[in-house]
Amino acid sequence: MRIGYYPGCSLLGSSREFDESTRAVAEAIGLELVTVPDWNCCGASSAHVLDHQLSLALPARILALAEAAGLTELLAPCAACYNRLCSARTELEADPAAREAISRIIELPYQGRVKVVNILEVLDRCQDRLKAKATAPLGRKVACYYGCLLVRPPRVVAFDRPEDPMSMDRLMVLAGAEPLAWNHKTECCGAAFSVTRTDLVARMSGRIVAGAAKAGAEAIVVACPMCHSNLDMRRPECNALLQADHQLPVLFITQALGLAMGLDPVRLGLQRHMVPALLQPAAAGAKA
Amino acid sequence: MSRIGVFTCHCGENINGTVDCGKVAESARGVPGVVHSVDYKYMCSDPGQSLIKEAIREHRLTGVVVAACSPRMHEPTFRNAVAEAGLNPYLCEMANLREHCSWVHEKGEATTAKAADLVRVMVEKVKHDQPLQPIRVPVTKRALVLGGGIAGIQAALDIANAGHKVVLVEKSPSIGGHMSQLSETFPTLDCSQCILTPRMVEAARHPNITLYTYAELEKLEGFIGNFKATIRRKARSLDEKLCTGCGLCTTKCPNKKIKDEFNEGLATRGAIYVPFPQAVPNKPVIDKLNCTYYKTGKCKLCEKVCPTGAIRFDQEDELVTLDVGAIVLATGFKLMKTDQFPEYGYGKYKDVVDGMQFERLASASGPTAGAMKRPSDGKAPETVVFVACSGSRDRSKGVPYCSKVCCMYTAKHAMLYKHKMHHGKAYVFYMDIRSSGKDYDEFVRRAIEEDDVSYIRGRVSRIYEEDGQLIVQGADTLQNGRPVEIKADLVVLATAVQAQDGSEALAQKLHVSYDPYHFFAEAHPKLKPVETNTAGIFLAGACQAPRDIPETVAQASGAAAKVAGLFSRDELTREPVVAVVNRLPAPTFSYCVGCFLCQSACPYQAIEQEQIKARDGSVIRTLAKVNAGLCQGCGTCVATCRTKAIDIQGFSNEQIFAEIMTL
Amino acid sequence: MTGSPHPSAPSETLKAKVEQATGVKLNHCYQCGKCTAGCPVAQDMDLTSCQILRLVQFGDPAWDRQALQSEGIWLCLACETCSTRCPQEVAVPKVMDFLRAEAVRRDLAHPRSRDILAFHRAFMDSVRATGRLYEIGLVADYKVRSRHFLKDVMLAPRMLVRGKLPLLPHLIKGRDAMKRIFQRTLGVKP
Repeated sequence: MRIGYYPGCSLLGSSREFDESTRAVAEAIGLELVTVPDWNCCGASSAHVLDHQLSLALPARILALAEAAGLTELLAPCAACYNRLCSARTELEADPAAREAISRIIELPYQGRVKVVNILEVLDRCQDRLKAKATAPLGRKVACYYGCLLVRPPRVVAFDRPEDPMSMDRLMVLAGAEPLAWNHKTECCGAAFSVTRTDLVARMSGRIVAGAAKAGAEAIVVACPMCHSNLDMRRPECNALLQADHQLPVLFITQALGLAMGLDPVRLGLQRHMVPALLQPAAAGAKA
Repeated sequence: MSRIGVFTCHCGENINGTVDCGKVAESARGVPGVVHSVDYKYMCSDPGQSLIKEAIREHRLTGVVVAACSPRMHEPTFRNAVAEAGLNPYLCEMANLREHCSWVHEKGEATTAKAADLVRVMVEKVKHDQPLQPIRVPVTKRALVLGGGIAGIQAALDIANAGHKVVLVEKSPSIGGHMSQLSETFPTLDCSQCILTPRMVEAARHPNITLYTYAELEKLEGFIGNFKATIRRKARSLDEKLCTGCGLCTTKCPNKKIKDEFNEGLATRGAIYVPFPQAVPNKPVIDKLNCTYYKTGKCKLCEKVCPTGAIRFDQEDELVTLDVGAIVLATGFKLMKTDQFPEYGYGKYKDVVDGMQFERLASASGPTAGAMKRPSDGKAPETVVFVACSGSRDRSKGVPYCSKVCCMYTAKHAMLYKHKMHHGKAYVFYMDIRSSGKDYDEFVRRAIEEDDVSYIRGRVSRIYEEDGQLIVQGADTLQNGRPVEIKADLVVLATAVQAQDGSEALAQKLHVSYDPYHFFAEAHPKLKPVETNTAGIFLAGACQAPRDIPETVAQASGAAAKVAGLFSRDELTREPVVAVVNRLPAPTFSYCVGCFLCQSACPYQAIEQEQIKARDGSVIRTLAKVNAGLCQGCGTCVATCRTKAIDIQGFSNEQIFAEIMTL
Repeated sequence: MTGSPHPSAPSETLKAKVEQATGVKLNHCYQCGKCTAGCPVAQDMDLTSCQILRLVQFGDPAWDRQALQSEGIWLCLACETCSTRCPQEVAVPKVMDFLRAEAVRRDLAHPRSRDILAFHRAFMDSVRATGRLYEIGLVADYKVRSRHFLKDVMLAPRMLVRGKLPLLPHLIKGRDAMKRIFQRTLGVKP
């Protein structure tokens, strides 16, 4: 089984552990990841704020390169990249004139034949293989946090329901964990305001951390590097605003699944987190 | 020898503004067979019609063409005028210069030329017209009313009181409909059941009304005045003649966990049950899907305890066929449920209820005997939030229309709550307040001014549960969109009024039109609100559009009046524009070869088989025969017939080809 | 202030420009407030989404200016909660994107947009130059633009230690094509 792979900029840098754990899990279940050759940044939150055409061109170049490489599907683990790729693809699908215009801008033929999928979709497809390999059930209570871009806008991403989604929760059941029902699954963490309005991130991410803790979670599971960064790297700011000391770790879904498959925590990048996350499966008896 | 008169109408400026009517009249004079041609401003007016009548007498006309609006508009007008002058009305045709010409083209020579062509074509048709006589059919003076809510009950009573027989069919085990579930009604705060049950009893007792409850329409055939309806009376598993309605069986049924439909899921009932204490008829029904005996073969406790031995487990559904002359559709509405709202919890929060559920909570006959107790833990709610426009006026939910009654019932709910809990806090999130009926606005003001209900203009974005309370996130747009968050103990969503389940299937059974939301379509939105486009089928109540009780009752009486009007005649006349299979002398008998392709093509099942027999009784030929009573003149059979043995009177092949050849 | 709708052709109003550029029909909005009710940053905005849409919907140039000058449009983080729940299916974030660009074009952008713009421009500079985000470059560029030299200064070493901060940028092969893409869309370096 093979699939096109678009890591995106954060997976090479500040969320390197997401890339590491995705590759580790993929290898364990026999999924070959074919990276798009010479891929560029998708534009993330910044391109669409500055220029609409640019926000279409950058993802279009990626999809055109993927198509030229003979790929039919592209996995983008980063929720922001996934959302930008889907948005661009949806907008260009509706308008042949726009496709022509964008092909001229990116100097590559854009046909729109490559489908874009997110990490939860791909993992869901590989359920049986995951189940077979999940030999070390996590046995922990977790709060699955989806954030905004994986589930909205529903017509563009169209894969799980926009309110109270359950795809990540089902994967955590596979991993032998107990996903909790809680109220902040899809509330925004503060997104790109991490640097420019850290005060807002502290409030918004703080609310999410506090909500997860209140529901009894021992960890928060995410599938977006930006959410991870806001909930993990910005934890001191959150705790300061909340006047609390929440230490529950934030794991990427692939890290949680990797642990349940008995993979080495270091290989999954768990030592890279700001909030200590070297969580042992409960069955082992040791705590984080 | 044809002597045809052509009468061109200006229709004010509707036609003459675009088409040169004078030129059209002049060009008609040159058409062979035309002996008289004039134009006039308003042909349908009295003087206009007199022009035609005088011309018929003076010029001994054998045919008339009125070049004017659409025949759907005024064909009856002109045919009546022509008949008054002694000419067969079916020798009068209309050329449509309005909908087919002046309304769809720009002013100019080409348009006038087209109008002249249209007239010439019609003249050609009239030359081949035959004088026809209308077909008379008898009228069965029995009405069928589908639906036993307030609309159906009112219509049935009115028709019955006019002296005609009525069969009232209701799907659920009792009549009463949604009105029987309500606690109190606006704007008087009358107890709903108190004003309804006398009517229910009257309908059940009326000598002219036959009541079939727990029954549905299986099939409908026929046409106005002559329908044949097949009703399926579902098996109650009960001998109604023996049952006294004592209710002992309902108390003994061991299976008590079934969600009670009458109480909108807030209470449970047994498998053998009477929907509510005032049910009419007050006889139980066994819910076969949930009854232990029907599922596993064990139990039969009800049969054991019944003092009169009325239980009949082996009872089958019964099919009853009726001849009826008119049908009143009164099947009502359904309310959208809370599970349609992802942002309000997908229906998983017990304390987020819909309008009807609140009615049951407030009702003295409901699961809490009218005390304000919330479904999750039975505690009295200190803060209640009412969310108006839930699902209505909402393109994203596929319901762009307004449900009309929610503004009023939300004010009512808030008032009922405040009357029962004086110190409670009630909030209403609204977009607009639509209170346009008599005494309606004063009613809403009373809620705000006297009962201290707090109205906030804005929609609610999200509702979720935390620490046993519901967090309601709304906004106050009269304060520039300022976010408002309220911690409520109970939330009532005024959900959208939608078409009843199964409306589409029913409409197709009856050949009645319906709109994209599956509400039945009226024949004309302004002038024919109680008729459908299907002759003989009338509408009453919310099955046509969201509606409150006063309007429903008025509309039901309107439908009843139409039915009574229909039944005031012993005979109906039908247009003779029907198909006819040709007949020739022996030994040919007809061009029909008996292939009966026409019979399979006919959408109205109007083609029968006729056997031509010899003197000794043996069959020589089997030919197609049209039942003029059922035929609608659609022409499908004519197109299908390979030997051209079948043709339409008034629209014959000969006529159509003559029209085409003249162009 | 009293308002009077635009005296000149309807096609020249800001409302018309929004529709042309984004396809969003502002007349669909009936100011129900559901967007603002669910907006995570509504409490921080000087003008909320509900207000901003109403100001542009009216068609008065003074009201348009008020919307363009607000800080509210810069706080929208495109979380798409509003558009997902809007009963009239109005794509509010698309409108916000357009209003931001228009505010910059007309030199009306709120003073507090400076940092936010600086961040996004720094991000895009990095992509234009290398084809990808070079985080160290982004931070340096941002600090120069925003003059917040000491912000998050303690964060860098913590990230370095955890291997989350590559020291060298990765340069894609299609760098020149990238520059041309920027030229054709964003235009000359701002």
